Formats: sequence, structure tokens, C-alpha cells
Amino acid sequence: MRYLPKSESERRAMLDACGVSSPEELFAHLPEGVRLNRPLNLAPGISEYEIVEYFRSRAAECATGYASFLGAGVYHHFRPVLVDTVVSRGEFLTSYTPYQAEIAQGTLTTIFEFQTMICQLTGMDVANASMYDGSTAVPEAAMMAVRATGKGRVLIAKSVHPEYREVLATYAKHQGMPVVEFGYIAESGNLDLEDLERQMDPLTGAVIIQTPNFFGIVEQVKAAAEIAHRHGALLVVVFTEAVSLGLLEPPAEADIVAGELQSFAISPSYGGPYAGIIATKGKYIRQMPGRLVGQTTDSRGNRAFCLTLSTREQHIRREKATSNICTNQALIALMATVFMTVYGKQGLRELAEQNLAKAHYLAGKLKPRFCGKFFNEFVVRAEGKSPEEINKALLKKKIIGGLPLGRFYPELADCTLLCATEMTKRADMDALAEVQA
Amino acid sequence: MYPDNFRYTKEHEWVLADGDAATVGITDHAQQELGDIVYVDLPKVGTRVDAGKPLGSVESVKAVSDIYSPVNGEITEVNESLADAPEKLNSDPHGAAWLVKIRLSNPEEIQHLMSASDYLSYVGAEK
Amino acid sequence: MIKKVTNHLSQNEALLFERSSPGKKAYQLPELDIPAVDAAEALGAENVRQEIAGFPEVSEVEALRHFTRLSTWNYAIDYGMYPLGSCTMKYNPRINEVVARTEGLAWAHPYQPESLSQGCMQVMACLEAALAEICGMDAVTLQPAAGAHGELTGILLIRALLEKRGNPRLKILIPDSAHGTNPATAAIAGYAVENIKSSETGGVDLTALEQLVTGDVAALMVTNPNTLGVFENNIVRVAEILHKKGAMLYMDGANMNALVGIARPGDFGVDVMHLNLHKTFSTPHGGGGPGAGPVAVKKVLEPFLPTPRLKRSGRRLAFDYKRKRSIGRVKAYYGNFGVLVRALAYIQAHGGPGLRNATMDAVLNAVYVRKALESYYDLPYQSPNMHEVVFSDDRQAKLGVRTGDIAKRLIDYGFHPYTVSFPMIVHGALMIEPTETEGKLEIDSFIDAMISIAHEIETDPQMVKNAPYNTRTSRVDEVTAARKPVLRWKPA
Repeated sequence: MRYLPKSESERRAMLDACGVSSPEELFAHLPEGVRLNRPLNLAPGISEYEIVEYFRSRAAECATGYASFLGAGVYHHFRPVLVDTVVSRGEFLTSYTPYQAEIAQGTLTTIFEFQTMICQLTGMDVANASMYDGSTAVPEAAMMAVRATGKGRVLIAKSVHPEYREVLATYAKHQGMPVVEFGYIAESGNLDLEDLERQMDPLTGAVIIQTPNFFGIVEQVKAAAEIAHRHGALLVVVFTEAVSLGLLEPPAEADIVAGELQSFAISPSYGGPYAGIIATKGKYIRQMPGRLVGQTTDSRGNRAFCLTLSTREQHIRREKATSNICTNQALIALMATVFMTVYGKQGLRELAEQNLAKAHYLAGKLKPRFCGKFFNEFVVRAEGKSPEEINKALLKKKIIGGLPLGRFYPELADCTLLCATEMTKRADMDALAEVQA
Repeated sequence: MYPDNFRYTKEHEWVLADGDAATVGITDHAQQELGDIVYVDLPKVGTRVDAGKPLGSVESVKAVSDIYSPVNGEITEVNESLADAPEKLNSDPHGAAWLVKIRLSNPEEIQHLMSASDYLSYVGAEK
Repeated sequence: MIKKVTNHLSQNEALLFERSSPGKKAYQLPELDIPAVDAAEALGAENVRQEIAGFPEVSEVEALRHFTRLSTWNYAIDYGMYPLGSCTMKYNPRINEVVARTEGLAWAHPYQPESLSQGCMQVMACLEAALAEICGMDAVTLQPAAGAHGELTGILLIRALLEKRGNPRLKILIPDSAHGTNPATAAIAGYAVENIKSSETGGVDLTALEQLVTGDVAALMVTNPNTLGVFENNIVRVAEILHKKGAMLYMDGANMNALVGIARPGDFGVDVMHLNLHKTFSTPHGGGGPGAGPVAVKKVLEPFLPTPRLKRSGRRLAFDYKRKRSIGRVKAYYGNFGVLVRALAYIQAHGGPGLRNATMDAVLNAVYVRKALESYYDLPYQSPNMHEVVFSDDRQAKLGVRTGDIAKRLIDYGFHPYTVSFPMIVHGALMIEPTETEGKLEIDSFIDAMISIAHEIETDPQMVKNAPYNTRTSRVDEVTAARKPVLRWKPA
């Protein structure tokens, strides 16, 4: 087998050194009833060529050559070529969590740069690259807020990504962490701040909102922060569309920012792997979950980086840890780091402006359902036909329409969430508008 | 090394009492075992503490150790200077790096704790 | 004598922020094919940010060089043996990277119509079936994003089943040799943790277990082979003790690399387990992630698996969202699909017999290292080991040299260190897992290095204590990093 490097004679020499005559003998100490006494029921190994063929055939059963207007947490943005060039380097790809700082400065330095750039983007003091994705960053942020405030109740806006809310519900159920949802304004799609105010109580430790929200609408972070803070709760701001941060005011009034970086050169890949972040104010560092990289010096006095504040983590604090997380999503975070480097200060803004322009061009041809300000996604009501029927008609034109919202919001069963990015072509928008309008 | 006017616990804390006012810290033996101390987590003033229960923790780079309250009482003062200079716990554990001051519920109870010589033989035996 | 490495120029490199100069660009966007929009008008002036202060501005060439230079500061499997015990640092086949980038798979949107996602779903169905066969279990969910995430899923499944039976119970038993994620997971799932001391041979102590398993115990989380690399010979009995009291057996599959094709957890009494695809199934660790942590269960737990579940509907695959007893979602969408693709490609490349051969080579390598080093390093547990071997620094500590020092000296010899100071039941542990990836030459060279260090400690312990010498970065001051955290760059 091509992944096993030993020649037969080498294997034989090693078996001899171990004092056994066959590899099977190495397992002789396993109790009889435990051993599998038949071959695994799996096909024999195949060649590289056949593997490529297999996955090409599977890919051919999926959508290729379609224009897509799907967003809803996963966005089609161009991936600069440097991204794959860098992450394909074996030194990044095939290394472990950087425990041994002397031979892991490459990973450590890039994570430090990542932490810095996320702080610059979000207006927070400290950030990590340790969450699996945006959806799991939300319960981690909620648990963090609960630890920091000592108050167990969580309020989350209905305009936060529905699947993120489902994940929060799964985590919260057994921790004595009641989760209550508050609404959005039917006309604007914005947070219903009166509802939030009504539902606040002295036991609430976290208020969670998303901006741009699931409907693409830019939220009133300051107003939400004011309400949360007045009642002694922390404000958690979630984002799913990181490109928006190139143009939007950073959520600096938040106490915790929990986000998804898929937009930063991470391929949609049918839902993962992505990278989630948690960023926060300096005073909450010790409540943070996940790995952190810090700057220090080596014994010769040179700048160096290492994992730090590890006592928060599971491998030391065990059942008292801030989280059970062991991952740091380093390779995916590196994709985002290269992406942020390639676009840089000017490029990220220009990119965001293009997204804004495309979505507003499309919206101009349709009637947005909500009047709130939006970035690169918006909701439209289907006229005459159902969203599903419209999408069916679009497929015939090689267009994947937006996400019908009925499965998540019964009250919006006649609505579709549309997204346009810098990759969306004018001709496709015109074609969609003809069918959708 | 271990002041005679202190009392000591098996968990390596010391107490210096004056009437119902007590100062609490960790012993030199404890700081040596922990190595370089990087962080100290202490309770807020006004917190009730129970003898034998954790009142906070000290951290080295790769370990966390609970600090157990040697006495029952209420926290009256916390050594804020340790937040920025946890290394003091390594250099002066019996002096400048005291941890908390406690108003004792029952000043007599410290008589049950170890004397300096008892503690010295206790850590000797532990080794 | 250090044979594996020699000196080599290493490029210095500043941080991106220190290299920036206003106006430099590494990007070019296409011309807009539609009218531009005024951001302040579209978003409201109050919602539009000022420039992103401090954000980098570098050219394309500089960006490429920056990351290339940094990359050379890392050690990697591609450079050589990476014997981190418990982490299973094996070769990451490059074909996996190629197929994961196949356009129809890499660009598949999770909300695209199921009719246009059949290929992705087929990949998932195939992997579920293969993992179920390998583990001897009845059903698999691919949703969890990593091992610890799989643990949480598994414990929530147990909780859901016990709740349905009327009592979720209070406690999870965890051996003192376990990974730290186990107790942390149990706590998140709302359980108290009770530690169970390992027996003299390093396994689960049956007498202690019998006493501890009461009606309050929901499950035992056991790693098998355990973190000493030793198979729990009483595992069938362990399962019986738990099952008799209505408790479940959870297996941490971190060490599945020792069992694939040889023994199946489902056959020896395990009710639920997770796998780390980034360990046993060769997907790259990437400096810490991404991973994937599928969970395999017996039939009785299947109704509780996270939603949605793949199901066959005629010739097509579909997602089933209507699962009343499900624990819910543990992650948005369906799992770390890109990682799943790589794992399936690995299974296909090996095939059934190949996977078994890989297991045998992995165990052979670890036993070979043990034989070669046991006269130089203390071996605290004498039971036969499988895919990894755990020594202690007992002999070297007498000369003042600890496992962490030996690890740092190993770096000078051109190897990544083994896992240091874990498992915690071994004082001063050296936990070595060669994996099947290493041939005789590389392993012999590692053994020579370890023996040479043992000699160095006898003649010049102080020299070893200050290692490494040959790296561009010498020993790092972790104490100052923790006392005065600097977690982001700021302009001077």
C-alpha cells in the first residue's frame, strides 16, 4: 500500500527485533472474543486515478454551472489564488497545534496576526481562531456571558441565523440556561427593541443579536447594547457575513463578538469546515474559550509567540474549563488571514462596496419585503407563485434562486432571502428579476 | 522561614490573626511547588468564606490550584496589587503577597491550625 | 551525533502590520457591471465605518513571501516523524486535498436543492456506512466538527435516552488517565464528573468500577486503547457492569488507529463513540484544525441523533428534519463536509485490507520503539502496548532533567517532540506514537536520537536543560506571556 513505507524485509527486521514472528502476534494479548475474526466489509484499495474519478462523478451529481443567489450564512466570494498556495504548504497543512513554540513560530505568528486583524475589524481587544464555526461560537459566547455575569438566562433575537439558534438550544438545554427569543419589526426587519426591553429581567446574562441579521438588515447595535447593559447583561453580536465589516461600523459596543469567517476565502464546501471567532473586551479574557497566542521573547531576547492563558482550557482545568474545545481552527483561520492580507485596508472596503452595489441593483428590480437598511442580502415576497415554484422555474434557466424562508419563519412562507456578491453577474440578476418579479 | 506568629494549613495556606481580623496567604512551600505564578483569582470584598472551601485560585503556566480558606468569615480586603504583579507570590509569599483579609466568625478556630514547627515537619514528611 | 538535520538559513520576517505602506495592493477587483452605490445613503451614514485602522497594506509578492517565510519556521509531518502521542500525526495524502477541491463539491452551498446535492449526500452516505462497519456500530452522524464536539454529541445522546427511560441520572465516570476534553464535555452536558482511579496495570479498576456504578451513573467515558496505549482487557466486563445498572459505555475513539480492522468497539460492548477523522483517517491537522468528530451509535441511540439525518428516498438521498426525539443540532448545516471527503478518500485508498495493514504497522512501530528504548527510559506500565508507548522521566529526573527538557533536546535532533507530561497518571510522561507512517529508517534515527539524549543527560544534564540550540527561536518565555498578555499587535 502506497501510504505504508516499509519494505517486506524492513518489516521482517522490525518484527524480529520485537520478538514476534508475525504482525498478528502483536495483537495476541487481546481477549479472544474481542478480536474481529473476519475482514472488514470494505472494498479493496484503489488508485489515485480511481479516487479522482469517483469524486468527479459525485461532483457531477451536484450543481455546477449554475448562477446562485443563496446566502443565508454561506456566501460565494472569490478565493484569491494565494490562499490555496499558502495553505497547501505542508508546514501549515501538516503540523499540529503549536505546543512546541520553538518549531511552530510560523503557525503562532499567523494566528497572532489573525487575532490582531479580527480585533481591528470588530473593535474588540482580543480575538481567537478557535471556534468550529459561527453556529458553535454562539453557545460558547452565551456560556461565556453567563460565566462573566453569573446570570443564566439568555435572550436571542429571532433574526439570528435559525440554525445558530438551534445549536444554542441544544447546548443550553442541560445547563440550566433558559433561552428566550425576542422578535423583529414586521415592517423593517430590524430588532424589536421594545420587545427586547419587555423581555429583559434581572436574571438575563446575555442578549444575542446578529448584524447584518439573517434577513440581511443592518441592526442597531448601540441601542441593543444600551438595553442589555442597563439590565446588567452582556451584548453578544453575531455576524455571518464577514465582508460586511469592510464597510459597516464595527460592533464596538458589544461585549462579545461571535462570528463566522466563511466569507474570507473559505469554500462553501457544503457547510464546512469553516472558522468561527470569539472576540471580546480585555476584561473578559479569562472567560474566553479556546486557544490564544501571545507575544513574548525567547531566551536570546528575540520576539517570539506562544500559546498562552492555557489554564482556562480543558487539558488543564478539565471539568472546570471554560469550554471543552480543543480545536483551534488554524488552517481555516489562515485562509482568512491570507484573504485579509490580499485585500487589505482598501480592498476589503472596495469588496464590500461591490457587494452592496450588486445587492442594491438587484433589489432595485424587485420589491424588498423589509424597509430596513441592508448589505448584500434582502428578503422579497413572491408574487403570484410560491417561492418554491419560482425557484423551480429559475433552475430551468440554470439559476439557483434564494432561500425560501417558510421552513424557518412560517410567517414569511411567501418570502425568499436573496444574496448578491461581487461574483454575481448583471445578466443573471436581470434573468432572476424577470422570473422573481 | 516560616514565621512563628502564623498558623498553617495542610493545603499550604498561612493565617495571621489579630483579634477577629486575619490575613491569609500561601506558604513559601506552596509557591515553590507551583513554580512561576502568573495569575491570582481572588474573591470580592464582602464574600462569605467557609473553612476548607476554595476562596480563589492561583495559576502557573500549566496548572491551576485552588486556595482553600483556612477559616470561616467574610472577606474585608483583597490584595489588588497581585493582579498586575503575580510574581510577588514567588518572591514574598509571607509578606507583600498576602492574598486576602478576613473578618473571622470565630477567632478561636485558628488555634486548630498548625504551628510553624508543626507545618515544617508536615512539609518535611510530605516530601 | 545529530544526523538528521544541519544548519540552514532561515529568513527573518516582520509582522504584516510592520511591512505595510499606504496604497500597496495585492488585489484587483473587476470593474462593476452595474452602477455604484453610495454607502452612506444605502446603509445610513451612522452605520458606515471609518478606515480599518492598522489593517495591512502589502503587495502580492510581499504577501506570498511573508507567508512562505513564516511557513519555514514550522516543523511538519512533511519534514519527518511527528511522534505526538494521542494525536496520531500520520501522513496526510495529497490526493485528499485534490479531491476536496473538486468544484462541484467545494463550491456546493448547503442550501442548494437536494436534487443538485446528490453527489455530496452520496459521499456522506458512503462514509457513514464505512465508519459504521469499521466501528461495528449501527448508525453514524457526521455532524460534529471535532473530537470534543463528538464527545458532547455522544453524551447528549446518552442523556436523551436515559431521560426517555425516566431518569437522565447525575454522573459520568471518567478514568484519571482520560483526555481533558472528557470531563469538560461531561460538565457542559450537565453532568457531574467522578474520577475513577486507574488500576495498577493502568486500566479500569473493576472493583472500583463495581462500587462506583450506582443508579446515579449515566455512563463511563473510556478511551480504548487507553492513553497508555494499553488495551482494556476487561472491556467486555466493564460494559457488563455498566449495562447491568442501566448505564452506558462511551468510548473516546482518539486511539482508534490501534484497532481498525482488528477489533470493533461495537463488538466489545461500546454503546456510543466518536472518531477523530484528523487522527485515524488522515485528514490534516492544519496547525490545530479543522477536524471532524463523527459519532457512531448502537441502534437504541439512533432516534436521538442530531437533525437532519440522511435517508434514502427511492433512488435519491434526502435529509430528514422531522425527528421528534433528536437532541437537535450540534452545528449548522451537516458537518465538516470538506474533512469528510478527505476521510473517505483515505478509506478508499487503503480499502479494507489496507486499513488493517496500517493498524498493524502502527502497532509494530510503537512496540519496536518500546523495545529499543526500554533500557534507557523508565517504563512505568509493563502491559503490552498497542499504537503508542508511554515512558517516564524517572531516571533522568534524578539528574534534574525532565520530560519537557528531553522534548526540547529532541528538537535539535530534527524531530518533533512526543507528547509531554500526559497522561497525568504517569509522572513526567513521554508519550510516543510513531504511527504507521514511519519507515524503519526514520524510526531508527528517532531511536538513536533518544538514546543519544539519554547519554547526554548522564554526562551534561545542564546542556540538555537549555535546549534547543539549533532552532531560530530558543526557549520561549511562557511565564511573561501569561503574566503580561500581549494578544494583538499595536503600533509602537
